[in-house]
Amino acid sequence: MIGSGHDHELDATAAIDVRGLTFTHPDGTTALDGVDLRVEPGQQVALLGPNGAGKTTLALHLNGLHRPQSGTVTIGGHAVLNHLAEVRRRVGLVFQDPDDQLFLGTVRDDVAFGPANLGLRGADLDERVAEALAAVGMGDVAARAPHHLSGGERRRVAIATVLAMEPDVLVLDEPTAGLDPASVHELAEVLDDLEVTRLVVTHDLPFAARTCTRAVVMDHGRVVADGGIAEVLGDRDLLVAHRLTPPHGWVMPPIG
Amino acid sequence: MGAGHSHPLHVHGHSVVHRLAPHVKVLATVGYALALATVPDRAWWAFLLLALLVTTAVVAAGLPVRFVATRALVVVPFVAFGALVPFVSSGHDAAWGPLSWSTAGAWAGSAIAWRSLLGVTASIVLAGTTELPRLLAGLERLHVPPALVAIASFMLRYLEIVAQELARMRAAMTARGHDPRWAWQLRPLATASGALFVRTYERGERVHLAMQARGWSGAMPPLREDQPDVGTPLAVAWAATAALVAIAARVMPS
Repeated sequence: MIGSGHDHELDATAAIDVRGLTFTHPDGTTALDGVDLRVEPGQQVALLGPNGAGKTTLALHLNGLHRPQSGTVTIGGHAVLNHLAEVRRRVGLVFQDPDDQLFLGTVRDDVAFGPANLGLRGADLDERVAEALAAVGMGDVAARAPHHLSGGERRRVAIATVLAMEPDVLVLDEPTAGLDPASVHELAEVLDDLEVTRLVVTHDLPFAARTCTRAVVMDHGRVVADGGIAEVLGDRDLLVAHRLTPPHGWVMPPIG
Repeated sequence: MGAGHSHPLHVHGHSVVHRLAPHVKVLATVGYALALATVPDRAWWAFLLLALLVTTAVVAAGLPVRFVATRALVVVPFVAFGALVPFVSSGHDAAWGPLSWSTAGAWAGSAIAWRSLLGVTASIVLAGTTELPRLLAGLERLHVPPALVAIASFMLRYLEIVAQELARMRAAMTARGHDPRWAWQLRPLATASGALFVRTYERGERVHLAMQARGWSGAMPPLREDQPDVGTPLAVAWAATAALVAIAARVMPS
């Protein structure tokens, strides 16, 4: 598992293939302690876990923002270390705080930034921006400044900034953080319409139940549970043991 | 979030000045500033002509007088200093009643006031008619190092967010009974600004990560087609006039 020289021809089709991944922060705290995770194309996976479980650290590895200290990360058959540019196109990472993602003066420029880095120019770029904004229902705010949008709008624009790169995998870090219930609902509807592999990092159990079909639970830098969303979210003891106590009165609704 | 969404330095518009290519505008402003800096202190008529020139730019840009005037207030300390110069410089050779001053100092002081006022007004026209992303694109086209351009653009993008963060920290302190009325009660606020620095630094790291995640490799990619250059001859003529005024002021005996 640990050797990084492995070939992955058998897994060439996995959207995400993480093996034996470890990561220790410079201050000595272990964030990832041997993570194995395989996500098939088209799957919608919730990555659950308490604060400090290593979820965000794992998300940063999927895009090559952290280099594996040991173990491997492979995206669509491409090892992250050797195909950094390709992996960054394939994995759209939506950060927890949209203000970290939206750094330019207008929504349009922010959405254009990713595809422009891929070399798109002129009419192709404009078209890509329009498509991405339409996909999140934000076509009419292109000329606005990001800091003039509401929290829910900013979140959707942040998603558009990575959709514009036409990713195979969408990784959302705490997408419901700071959103009011209506915005959460709208966000779920936006995600419904996106046909990409999805990894939702969250501890919002109802949102995970609404948007995902599979749940992976992480704690202390390891995967501690992995199964169907109903199976995992229906296991109250498991959730409580990993500081994922369901909201008062909430039970996993029947799938269907 | 919050109110007050008007941009502090930019006025939306479609005038010739607005539509000028940003790098042309930057060069014209720099040319004007150079002319302003080289006019001899005593060539008061040259300062008047340069004032007329910058007024033309303000009018052509359609900038509200109030907008320009309030932003030009930053020169007040310089003008005040200019007003002091005649009295503090040596060799008082003129007097009126009990007041005496130096004529050379008076010329120098008035030149300081002229230069600061006109220079600031010219930069207000530049900033007021050029959206920041375009201004930065213009700087890039003039081969200003990309890192400097990026630093400037981030400062402007995040100024508001950092200000909001500071406002939240102040509110949190006020909520716990901190009510500074005198300067020596500001210590907690000073401490808070240290915390603010750390937060801002961390924000910078996250923004950098988010940019890398979208394939950023250190240079800003062109985000939009260059708009056709409008009015470049006008801007060149404008800056050339400023240069002529400065040259004439140097050559002519005053």
